[in-house]
Amino acid sequence: MIVSVASGKGGTGKTTIASSLALSLKNVQFIDCDVEEPNAQIFLKPDIKEKTKAFISVPRVDNTKCTLCGKCKEVCEYNAIAVLPKSQRGDGKVLIFQELCHGCGACAMLCPEQAITEVDREIGEIEAGSKDSLDFVHGRLNIGEAMSPPLIRQVKKHINPSKTVIIDAPPGTSCPVITAVKGSDYCILVTEPTPFGLNDLVLAVGGLRKLAIPFGVIINRSDLGNDKTEKYCASEKINVLMRVPFKKEIALAYSKGVPMAEIMPELKEEFKKVFKIICGTVDGENHKQ
Amino acid sequence: MIICVTSQGNSVESRVDPRFGRCAYFIFADTSTGKFEAIKNPNIEATGGAGPQSAQLVASKGAKKILTGNVGPNAMSTLAAAGIEVVTNVWGSVKEAVDNNK
Repeated sequence: MIVSVASGKGGTGKTTIASSLALSLKNVQFIDCDVEEPNAQIFLKPDIKEKTKAFISVPRVDNTKCTLCGKCKEVCEYNAIAVLPKSQRGDGKVLIFQELCHGCGACAMLCPEQAITEVDREIGEIEAGSKDSLDFVHGRLNIGEAMSPPLIRQVKKHINPSKTVIIDAPPGTSCPVITAVKGSDYCILVTEPTPFGLNDLVLAVGGLRKLAIPFGVIINRSDLGNDKTEKYCASEKINVLMRVPFKKEIALAYSKGVPMAEIMPELKEEFKKVFKIICGTVDGENHKQ
Repeated sequence: MIICVTSQGNSVESRVDPRFGRCAYFIFADTSTGKFEAIKNPNIEATGGAGPQSAQLVASKGAKKILTGNVGPNAMSTLAAAGIEVVTNVWGSVKEAVDNNK
């Protein structure tokens, strides 16, 4: 079972909820896919035992074989290759913009002259460890890198299907989030009852419906803001799994790196109930298929 | 000589577009014939790499000089590889820009 935790809006409490859910269940593997700022380790405090560098393959052109035909540039979805034909002013040239390359390999595969080889470029690292019975994996994108999906995909290769896998997704609704939640059996959307929270929740719901991933909502700081989020969920028939009140104790514990489930143990029971609902929904979906 | 100007519109009276890769139009001026040609920039909505794409377009038209506001690093290296002279901080109308940089 893979449960991802996403949000749309940033700062709604994804990591807070994901880490508390992880601590409430047994046999959990926690995967922090927010590789641009992985912070779940602050709350879960795993012992990191394994560090591996992560790379993507980028093209290198052998100029002695290249005929400047432009096929590589044509197939590059990300405009990472420029081909300048021969002219009075030069012999022509292929330019590779490594930081734009997603490492798909199409250019190397389709080069008619086999003039392109792929070379490794380091983009970040993956760390794995554990805390008691909880397994932990996260990715950390190198500073200055603009693209996180290639690293997120590599982090997700560590998924252990025999565990209850909890994926902490990055904020937003763009490629990194889609990459993180893809393949999940269920997605928890954490939101807050504010206009910004609702706006981004609606976007996230649109994304999940397109991906056909079952989802439910947890409303964090539920006693703030307005009732528009509740009304939206009711009108869209979205299950509100849990409401977490705005409490000073939770914020105070957070500031010290302590998840809410540890200072308010009664919440563990609530998270177990949430997980039960999730299991029921996923089972129901599986029966339908 | 063909000079290219990044432009906010499709006429010589239009203002110079300060962006290179995602400018609205490229206007190519042939200084030997006095003719102008405007091309709508197809790279405005590129998810990335608009600079190098635009630079290749400018090169394919045989321009020797580009007049614009500013050029990003990827576009700059593509223009340099194509042997195109880059003039930045250009403003005013396209016509004035060409007249001042012949």
